[in-house]
Amino acid sequence: MTRQIAVVAFAQSDHRRTTDELSEVEMLMPVLHEVLARTGLRTADIDFTCSGSSDYLAGRAFSFTMTLDGVGAWPPVSESHVEMDGAFALYEAWSRLLTGEADTALVYAYGKSSPGPLRDVLTRQLDPYYLAPLWPDSVALAALQAQALLDAGDTDEHALAAIGARSRADATANPHAQLAGPVPRGDHLVRPLRTGDCPPIGDGAAAVILAAGDRARELCARPAWIRGLDHRIEPHSLGARDLTDSPSARLAAERAGAFERPVDTAELHAPFSSQEVVLRKALRLGDEVCVNPSGGALAANPVMAAGLIRIGEAAARVHRGASDRALAHATSGPCLQQNLVAVLEGDPR
Amino acid sequence: MPDVLKAPLVVEFPFTRSLGPVQRAFFTGLREGVVLGARTTAGRVLVPPAEYDPDTAAELHDLVPVAATGTVTTWAWNHAPRTGQPLARPFAWVLVRLDGADTALLHALDAPGPDDVRTGMRVRVRWAAERTGAITDIACFEPYDGPPEQPAAHTGEFENPVTGIVAPARLDYTYTPGRAQSDHLESLARRKIVGERCPSCRKVYVPPRGACPTCGVATGEHVEVGPRGTVTTFCVVNIKARNLDIEVPYVYAHIALDGADLALHARIGGIPYDHVRMGLRVEPVWTDGARHPDHYRPTGEPDADYDTYKELL
Amino acid sequence: MSKEPVAVVGIGQSKHAAARRDVSLAGLVREAAQRALDDAELGWADIEAVVIGKAPDFFEGVMMPELYLADALGAAGKPVLRVHTAGSVGGSTALVAANLVAARLHGTVLTVAFEKQSESNAMWGLSLPIPFQQPLLAGAGGFFAPHVRAYMRRSGAPDTVGALVAHKDRRNALKNPYAHLHEHDITLEKVMAAPMLWDPVRYSETCPSSDGACAMVLTGRAGAARAPRPPAWLLGGAMRSEPTLFAGKDFVSPRAGRDCAADVYRQAGITDPRRDIDAVEMYVPFSWYEPMWLENLGFAEEGEGWKLTEAGVTALDGDLPVNMSGGVLSTNPIGASGMLRFAEAALQVRGQAGEHQVPGARKALGHAYGGGSQFFAMWLVGAEPPER
Repeated sequence: MTRQIAVVAFAQSDHRRTTDELSEVEMLMPVLHEVLARTGLRTADIDFTCSGSSDYLAGRAFSFTMTLDGVGAWPPVSESHVEMDGAFALYEAWSRLLTGEADTALVYAYGKSSPGPLRDVLTRQLDPYYLAPLWPDSVALAALQAQALLDAGDTDEHALAAIGARSRADATANPHAQLAGPVPRGDHLVRPLRTGDCPPIGDGAAAVILAAGDRARELCARPAWIRGLDHRIEPHSLGARDLTDSPSARLAAERAGAFERPVDTAELHAPFSSQEVVLRKALRLGDEVCVNPSGGALAANPVMAAGLIRIGEAAARVHRGASDRALAHATSGPCLQQNLVAVLEGDPR
Repeated sequence: MPDVLKAPLVVEFPFTRSLGPVQRAFFTGLREGVVLGARTTAGRVLVPPAEYDPDTAAELHDLVPVAATGTVTTWAWNHAPRTGQPLARPFAWVLVRLDGADTALLHALDAPGPDDVRTGMRVRVRWAAERTGAITDIACFEPYDGPPEQPAAHTGEFENPVTGIVAPARLDYTYTPGRAQSDHLESLARRKIVGERCPSCRKVYVPPRGACPTCGVATGEHVEVGPRGTVTTFCVVNIKARNLDIEVPYVYAHIALDGADLALHARIGGIPYDHVRMGLRVEPVWTDGARHPDHYRPTGEPDADYDTYKELL
Repeated sequence: MSKEPVAVVGIGQSKHAAARRDVSLAGLVREAAQRALDDAELGWADIEAVVIGKAPDFFEGVMMPELYLADALGAAGKPVLRVHTAGSVGGSTALVAANLVAARLHGTVLTVAFEKQSESNAMWGLSLPIPFQQPLLAGAGGFFAPHVRAYMRRSGAPDTVGALVAHKDRRNALKNPYAHLHEHDITLEKVMAAPMLWDPVRYSETCPSSDGACAMVLTGRAGAARAPRPPAWLLGGAMRSEPTLFAGKDFVSPRAGRDCAADVYRQAGITDPRRDIDAVEMYVPFSWYEPMWLENLGFAEEGEGWKLTEAGVTALDGDLPVNMSGGVLSTNPIGASGMLRFAEAALQVRGQAGEHQVPGARKALGHAYGGGSQFFAMWLVGAEPPER
């Protein structure tokens, strides 16, 4: 029998365009304190710690070594780091708990997009021979995908605008959101994408605590049980992929058991409005599913933390009884190259 | 709010990228005006040619020429080109499936405006005037209404094949050191070395980094330390470091300033390098215009006893 | 719930060199991965997930290169994780991969680590200038040399010990066809005659900068039963981290290293590491770290590690051979260096280490560390599966 593991606490920063008065650890540490306080745990009570971040965002090698200061890793801790979104750090931590070697885990992620030119920084993720020398920025690549969707008749500009408007309207109820309320569709940034179709650029951090079995029940009144968790990647070359589909997201969802029963909520890591269209199709989410009640990445997209935040937001809804079965999704790479899906459930009420 | 301390941080390097056989052939072909694809065992022709089949992971080596003409499979209008992009004037990003290929290549399309671009339009390669064997040997695509060009047969073997590319990359960041380090730097400007005390374990950190790393809590209480301190350990540097204008040999030391609970790192001067020893008492030497002490020099005090600093070693 | 036992059934590494100008990044990684698959007699379709590790992305100037490497690693449609824990990353990466098998998430996992340092310049990548901070005053060796001096002061070790280690490891490398440095005419005199770059560390006692990759195929009980060659069984594995700099930090013998070893030994039922372990492959970027780690890992009492080195105990024909492969002193693609240590330990207990085989090795320790002596990853592998 597989061990039952749950998200028992979630915390995040207020996401902002810049946090230049704070170092990374100064930005992260209050979030760590908050997530620990929610469970009453201290660092010494945590069996495993795992984080996600990227040196390229900050422009400094080994940036994660300094943020470990915020954990208080003394006595030494069992700890690891992925150069990925924190959602993948959560996956690593979950796999540790599954073996029974750990009962609790702290997962955190942070990203400061403000110090560098984010659109250009992300070009460094691309094939260094065929793509990176052309500096195709992240918005341009998403725009190629959006045009493919328009050509395929999968969406239209009004539908895209509606996704942006709905996300920012929902974000008014999210005190951490960077962009909320009425936001104009704006001019084309890279046509067909308008500024309103694109995520805000900003800094932020998030943290989650995982616990297994009875420990989870002790720490949380209504744990968000991870019923399934899986992630898959696709080939890198955009010209070798069908950009209107996300077979990797669908496969991850299938392996996570997402299609076994309907979900009531989905938190999708879709930084661009057009990507929500792709994901809704791949994940078979109908209109009855509440998608991105937090406002999603269109309301706050701290790179490297935004995927973990989707899991945290979905879990928080289960914690407070607003959802019984939620899907959370995280992505990495150009045009949804890599996708992670988690299925979270609360105990019956 | 007071002005936040910030400074430019440039991350720049001309990366030297060696190439595998498929990439070598492809780039050499571009230099010679030939576009090569890689054929998979299933018969698909991948352009640009992958080194490994995305479907089966098989290593690819069967190279076939494809036409320099093709069809746009999707596009995006870029009205504000960014640094490093193929064209400085507004252009369309395009994925182009070249005639004879099964996958599409990403590049720029030179077109007057977005109304002149559509999916399915025909385009051809505009070659760069000077070609070196790189993806940028394709200057861009341009609209084309002729028949598909027929690629000449080609083996993929060339004289003087390209073996590598140089890929310069520069990213301009703005660095901000954060609250604690900014306070410390501000004190240095007044030639005072100020650390911060952990409210929990009471240790004094210099330079402060905003968190007590063992307690995981914010430090805040300012504590002036030094200026004198003790060399806890050191090495003699006999090799000139890049971008560092210091005559070798010199001594690089760990110095526990009086009142600090861990050592900081600095150069020792004012004493022959081979007279430096563990326990030596030193003080900072400031120079005009420099933010940090230039180096530390002996105070003339008796050496500190090993037991007084071994915990700081 | 019990864990699935984890077996290493395939090991591969690239030829390591200062610059592998004949391959792309993908080609380098692929060389190691393909050899690991060949060793396991498996195909790409047999791999269910890939865990890849490397040190800072600035080295190659590719952010999160696992995205671009997905095709070369046969990863389309599979899970890919990318680990980065500084110098220990090669070890941590293997442990993350092992955990996927132990948790029964996947039956067979490929783990890979690499660095292609010739794409940039290692010192550039390690010390990007940070505004307002004093430039690193001493280069890479200068960071470590003061700790070596502290060790010498504490232990009273004679100053020849570092040269003995460098001589031994470079000699061992001559038996390892994949090693970067093959100094056929090495002698102790030559090691001793090398310039003191960062006194007390000689040039000959420092690691090179390499291009290289390492890969392993990990699987469970069923996969091991099908393996064509003897597997190495994971008997214990652990990671420990402590802060970079803190009041009371012991750079000579960091507590995270001691705790990590203790955890591994507890899992593996090791009560006397000196007696119970047959061979050790540890991360020694500067020669003096051999005696330091011997103490940190519990093979010698504090201050006594150098005596093992001096007595020849750690030689290939000694009774506790250390760094049979030639170690980091002979090959250092930073991101892969930790995994090379883990792989060598596994090669030894499989009896597959060729000329640098320790006869009859049954239990071997692989060790990696990184950052400011703060991140540790270790595994203990054996020729027999774990009891239970």
